[in-house]
Amino acid sequence: MKIAVCVKQVVTRDWPLRVDETGQWVRDRDASFEMNEPDAYALEEALRLKEQHGGEVVVCSAGPPRVSQVLREALARGADRAIHVESDVLATADTLTVGKALADALRVEAPDLVLTGLQSDDQGFGQTGVVVAELLKIAHSTIIMEVQISGEGHIRVKRELEGGWFQWVVMPTPSLLTIQSGINQLRYATLKGIMAAKKKEVRKVEPEVTTGESSQVVVDLYVPEKDKKTRFIEGSSTEAARELVRALREDVRVF
Amino acid sequence: MILVVAEQREGVMNRVSWEAVVAAQEMAAQGFGPIKVVVIGSTVAGVADEVAAAEVAEVLVLDHPALEPYTSDGFVRALTQVVDAESPDVVVFPYTYQTRDCAATLATRHQRTLVTDCIGIKSGPNGVLFVRPMFQGKFVADIAVRGPVPHFVSFQTAAYRADAVARGVATAPTRRVEIELDVADIRQRPEAPFKEAKQAVDLTQAERIVAVGRGIKGQEYLPVVQQLAKALGAEVAASRPICDTGWLPMDRQVGSSGQTVAPKLYLAIGISGAIQHLVGMKGARTIVAVNKDPDAPIFEVADYGIVGDLFEVVPALTAALGD
Repeated sequence: MKIAVCVKQVVTRDWPLRVDETGQWVRDRDASFEMNEPDAYALEEALRLKEQHGGEVVVCSAGPPRVSQVLREALARGADRAIHVESDVLATADTLTVGKALADALRVEAPDLVLTGLQSDDQGFGQTGVVVAELLKIAHSTIIMEVQISGEGHIRVKRELEGGWFQWVVMPTPSLLTIQSGINQLRYATLKGIMAAKKKEVRKVEPEVTTGESSQVVVDLYVPEKDKKTRFIEGSSTEAARELVRALREDVRVF
Repeated sequence: MILVVAEQREGVMNRVSWEAVVAAQEMAAQGFGPIKVVVIGSTVAGVADEVAAAEVAEVLVLDHPALEPYTSDGFVRALTQVVDAESPDVVVFPYTYQTRDCAATLATRHQRTLVTDCIGIKSGPNGVLFVRPMFQGKFVADIAVRGPVPHFVSFQTAAYRADAVARGVATAPTRRVEIELDVADIRQRPEAPFKEAKQAVDLTQAERIVAVGRGIKGQEYLPVVQQLAKALGAEVAASRPICDTGWLPMDRQVGSSGQTVAPKLYLAIGISGAIQHLVGMKGARTIVAVNKDPDAPIFEVADYGIVGDLFEVVPALTAALGD
């Protein structure tokens, strides 16, 4: 079974982000980057399926040259080879543009299964996987908590619904699944894996990107206005703790 | 014209679909034109009558046996025919798991993108802007849609109040729309929905909750917050990542994929406050946030905030409660 995994590179979670001079994106020129965590769960699921059923894991990322970092990371964790859809524009492009670039790269690979994370930690539109499935004209299912390879040409997947409900869905392959975080426990790259990754193939693909046609554009990015007036309690930890407990007891009387 | 896709379950329109109607009514007031609501499913006529009481131009009934149970292929094929026949300027979806499964497919089929998780609408000099959180809620973006219609947007849970829906002076006309849908074209075969083993913890009944997030750094440090919870007589809860890593069981999770709570007191410890968490707890009466990042979005909903190292602040709180 050939499994393709789409991973995104995002700014490291703890990086102190600021809006850039255009007011439309974040200042990320000097930021540190990491693999989008929801995609790490998709990669892990692909590696586990390969361990159970054999086959190949191909990892694919769209973005500027810096994206090769997350591809190396994926190879170090156990992916067999990588495809880098390289274009500076893809760092901030809309989901349809990114989806087309990824779908074009994956079409020639003809994977049996494509896995993506549920959403990205930066833009968070939560639809790239679904868009790629439509462009590849394959079936998809989202928010997946378990994958069973039930037989030739079919899979059975467990979808998470609302309010603690779940549902099994049987669908044909090839298909695309967006993986819910928490489906598995992540592995980390071993030293052996990191060494092995150096010999693995990273194929670069130049996408045909047309940006002028984007149907949505960020015109303003800003820090949200507060719903509430927060009272910040200052002082040492002990002083702040005492004042907070006093306020909760005497001012709002919650205990 | 605005087309709202309304979801129902077992003959009842869901609350978030009413929220989408309210959002559409605000868009209509800003010049997006009249509202049509399409009620989708199998035997949905009763829901259509319910929707017709709202101030909308028309209710479309998209009723087909192959639409129950839900499948993305079935819904996309059906909705594509409605969108193409009605030619709306914008298609509005409520925030549901079905929307997350099929709305982007519908948008892609029309060569458009879907603006997801909107929390507001603004009118600017260049037309209407859709407001949505980005970067885990650290920022908010105003998004302009451009190019040929239709545009596709979905609204985040609780961004609009379902009970704010404007009622019409007269009942809106209801029209049945005919579609062609062959079960053989539906690739997903869903089985009956089920619940996992009974949830051990009902956080919805808790008066006080101490919730922990990524800031706790490791499972071995959980006793720090568990001691605070004990001193407060509170239940321990968590944001999604803590349950994803298995540090606490899934039934302790608060947020859009966990439980929605409204306790008297909610202490958010080391939780940054992504929108998926906020929707599950912002109904709490008093919210306290402890976080080392003064810009963390959790402070947007907090009544009290302490900016500091939770490993110092939380033990100090536990001690102060014992005084």
